[in-house]
Amino acid sequence: MKPKVVQYLDKGEFPLGEGEALALYRAMRRARFFDEKAVTLQRQGRLGVYAPFMGQEAAQVGVALALGEKDFVVPSYRESALLLARGLPIHTLLLYWRAHPAGWRFPEGVRAVNPYIPIATQIPQAVGLALAGRYRGEDWVVATSIGDGGTSEGDFHEGLNFAAVFNAPVLFLVQNNGYAISVPRAKQMRVDYIARRAEGYGMPGVVVDGNDAVAVYLEAKKAVERARKGEGPTLLEALTYRLAPHTTSDDPSRYRTREEEETWRAKDPLLRFRRALEARGLWDEEREGELLAQLEEEFARELALADSVPEPRPEEIVEHVYAEMGPDQRRAWEALRQGRHVEEVW
Amino acid sequence: MVAERARVLNMVQAINEALDLALARDERVLVFGEDVGRLGGVFRVTEGLQAKHGEARVFDTPLAESGILGLAIGLAMGGMRPVAEIQFAGFLYPALDQILSHLGRWRHRSRGRVGLPVVVRAPYGGGVHTPEQHADSPEALLAHAPGVKVVIPSSPERAKGLLLAAIEDEDPVFFLEAIKLYRGSRAEVPEGYYTLPLGRARVVREGGAATLIGYGGMVEVMLEAAEVAAKEGVEVMVVDLETLVPLDEDTLLEAVRETGRAVVVYEAMRTGGFGAEVAARIAEGAIDYLQAPVVRVAGYDAPYPPFSAIEHHYRPSAKRVLAALRRVLTH
Ligand SMILES: Cc1ncc(C[n+]2csc(CCOP(=O)(O)OP(=O)(O)O)c2C)c(N)n1
Repeated sequence: MKPKVVQYLDKGEFPLGEGEALALYRAMRRARFFDEKAVTLQRQGRLGVYAPFMGQEAAQVGVALALGEKDFVVPSYRESALLLARGLPIHTLLLYWRAHPAGWRFPEGVRAVNPYIPIATQIPQAVGLALAGRYRGEDWVVATSIGDGGTSEGDFHEGLNFAAVFNAPVLFLVQNNGYAISVPRAKQMRVDYIARRAEGYGMPGVVVDGNDAVAVYLEAKKAVERARKGEGPTLLEALTYRLAPHTTSDDPSRYRTREEEETWRAKDPLLRFRRALEARGLWDEEREGELLAQLEEEFARELALADSVPEPRPEEIVEHVYAEMGPDQRRAWEALRQGRHVEEVW
Repeated sequence: MVAERARVLNMVQAINEALDLALARDERVLVFGEDVGRLGGVFRVTEGLQAKHGEARVFDTPLAESGILGLAIGLAMGGMRPVAEIQFAGFLYPALDQILSHLGRWRHRSRGRVGLPVVVRAPYGGGVHTPEQHADSPEALLAHAPGVKVVIPSSPERAKGLLLAAIEDEDPVFFLEAIKLYRGSRAEVPEGYYTLPLGRARVVREGGAATLIGYGGMVEVMLEAAEVAAKEGVEVMVVDLETLVPLDEDTLLEAVRETGRAVVVYEAMRTGGFGAEVAARIAEGAIDYLQAPVVRVAGYDAPYPPFSAIEHHYRPSAKRVLAALRRVLTH
């Protein structure tokens, strides 16, 4: 039995209030704007290696906006849109991708942890964070995200099993973009839908059209409500595609075709949603222009903020390794602060 | 045994050639890992191998390091000679259970009946502005696992011969490749099949004032320091350990006895790093010859920083090696 793929836009359905709909669109547009700017900055040498998410805005923003204020996101490296929609300031995100230590310190109050680089390690941790809420009498829900490839790691399976066993309030978002770098889904697993696996752990599994913002948002909301009511975790599989390379150092022409990319470009989640808004008289060229002007202005301001942060100090390398520096860090810190190395000051 | 003709290759090309030759020579050899097939690896080390040797022998695995190591162990038990790639050495950690609990133990726990001729290749080390956890140097963790060997080449021609020897070896070998050297080092590499013995250290530069000891990406750093010292009239010896396990203690101690002063260079975190092992061996075996304490030049006791603007402060440089050299010379 094939799971049903939840989707609304192609069916002409639009069960969203105007406020919600516009918030979703604005957040997606803002995310896309960031992504494009980030790639340009990387090309100019003003950002380090960057992992674009273009094409996956609906999946990330849909989940982010389904969360309440106190909820957490535990993201992976491709989740800049999720972070932005959760309120991470653009300049912090820029500093993060600039490989600047200041980009590692998320502001107090942003309910998001730093993106993870090792694959799948965040999954069991998200379960722990969710349980901590329960111990502390808070009803926060945790949304954590992983790619299709990441679901092959042991940690993914251990984490899902724990979540089900402990009935943890977690939303597991799988952004199934079809590839783990170059390895296509069919070489990664022999199930058609990752959400099928949910049953094996004892939780609901839902498949959504990941390029349909309405579908992601509404299904994520259901999962969050379930979790909040104490009904446990949900695995939400969003079928999507990254329209860009894996990272700015990758060359996708080695493993996928132009035609495939074009097919998916036609399903661009941003354009699809915008068309639906326009059809309902909720959006037009003029509003788009206004929004873009705002985004341009905001980005310029935030970039200037990021640029105004001083270059990292060498001694930051050994800061914050422990709550209090041990003698080895202290000695190194003193040396680096003097612009020297530990060998020179011994 | 060294073939006659040679061409200038970088380390990526030399390793690719070694894998190609091994696949052609022995049908039990298999090459697999994440993205090694169609893409040819994120560093292109396995480029073209799948097209040439087929998908059964060069294949992409699901994204699961513990799975990759477990698979390799089983394949080796079944008579194959797996050469697995871990995309970055910093992503070996999910596989540590297979390594520590199994890979290195099987020969011992079968009292010699089951050996595991597995090779695990992984790029390691810093110097090229990679993201978080892509620049780790986990050689000391591996060296601490009983029953495995650890080899770290420092140049293209060494890499080719050592990798072929590792594939022929009857025991599990970790083969760590310095990312900085992949395209940053070029040298004449003999054509054809040849092996270089594992378990031997090499004196790569002669000198009597002190001995610099290191491996992998640090060899060129030590040579650069030696060059500068030579301009000031101080000739130092440079030793490339090349195989950390089993360690060639004879060559190491002989080199230290000759100069009486030693600096050990490695890019992992200082505490508990492989340099600590080297210093201990020197203390045990050459203390009577020492005219100064052994000094380590290493990373700091912190995670390897991905902070591109300051990364170079963490990774040992020739300048730092020279500072350490000054210390052992003026002691
Ligand atoms: C433990 C671990 N192994 C390998 C890698 C290298 N790596 C980075 S991203 C990636 C592919 C991830 O694919 P997927 O989970 O589908 O997510 P996507 O990149 O498509 O968002 C790999 C193999 C890593 N970061 N961590």
